[in-house]
Amino acid sequence: MNPRALSCEEVIERLFDYLDRELDSQEAADIEWHLQRCRDCFTRAEFERRLRARVAATGTAKAPPRLHRRISALLDGFDESDTATDS
Amino acid sequence: MRFDDAASRREWFERRLAPLMDRLYGTALRLTRHPADAEDVVAEAVIKAWSQLGRLHDPERFEGWLFHILTNTFISEWRRRRSRPHAGNADTLEPVELDSASFTLFQQLHQPFLLWWGSLEDQFFNGLLQEDLEQALDALPDAYRVTIVLVEVQGYTYEEVASLLGIPVGTVRSRLSRARSRLQKMLWVQAREAGVVLGGKEGGAQE
Ligand SMILES: [Zn+2]
Repeated sequence: MNPRALSCEEVIERLFDYLDRELDSQEAADIEWHLQRCRDCFTRAEFERRLRARVAATGTAKAPPRLHRRISALLDGFDESDTATDS
Repeated sequence: MRFDDAASRREWFERRLAPLMDRLYGTALRLTRHPADAEDVVAEAVIKAWSQLGRLHDPERFEGWLFHILTNTFISEWRRRRSRPHAGNADTLEPVELDSASFTLFQQLHQPFLLWWGSLEDQFFNGLLQEDLEQALDALPDAYRVTIVLVEVQGYTYEEVASLLGIPVGTVRSRLSRARSRLQKMLWVQAREAGVVLGGKEGGAQE
């Protein structure tokens, strides 16, 4: 399948759908084809991709030791209260 | 999942849980905004997963399954809290859909020419602290924050977010673009106040 030529406007309009992987493979290929050839749209896409990666990284935070301890204690409690045969 | 005995069940579970703890806690922290609430959500989700382990048929799916439990645990707690009579934070229900989804940080930062010290975009990213970003995310209205976390942090599809939150896909889309616009605006204000971005198109260069 040949890529469909998109205007810069169409690319920017769908940029987040593309970054969020909401497009089907043909639509994504159309965007990629444009991004490989258009410096302006590529720069914009890279910016949003970088920011998105930084947001994604906020989803990791050192779990405090007391949380680890609490979970172990809860699991210990379960081990005692039932014989852990799942059914 | 079936196990020979309680000890091997426990061992299996803890071995898979351990590498996920920081992401479970971090995700819960972004969703709830408060360390104590995040710990409660993680503890509750882990215990649910432990007691429902028999329902997990494919061990390869453990991670996605556990995060799904975490997300649902948060959402039901969130619903329960906001249905309380004196909850007091109206924006947790439906954000006032007034603000536009049109602000883009890129347009503020992007210059068609390179400055001698690099681009403003680089300058912005180099100066962007994790805590600034967390603060900006935390300042979003609940419905916006939750949507952006589900999509950008957890990687759920719009369809999945719609079903998790019980809202139409169109609403997911509009919340997401408003959330992004607001977030970028806050980051822009933060960056300018911190002096991280010198210049920029809103008159900074002439000040
Ligand atoms: Zn273009």
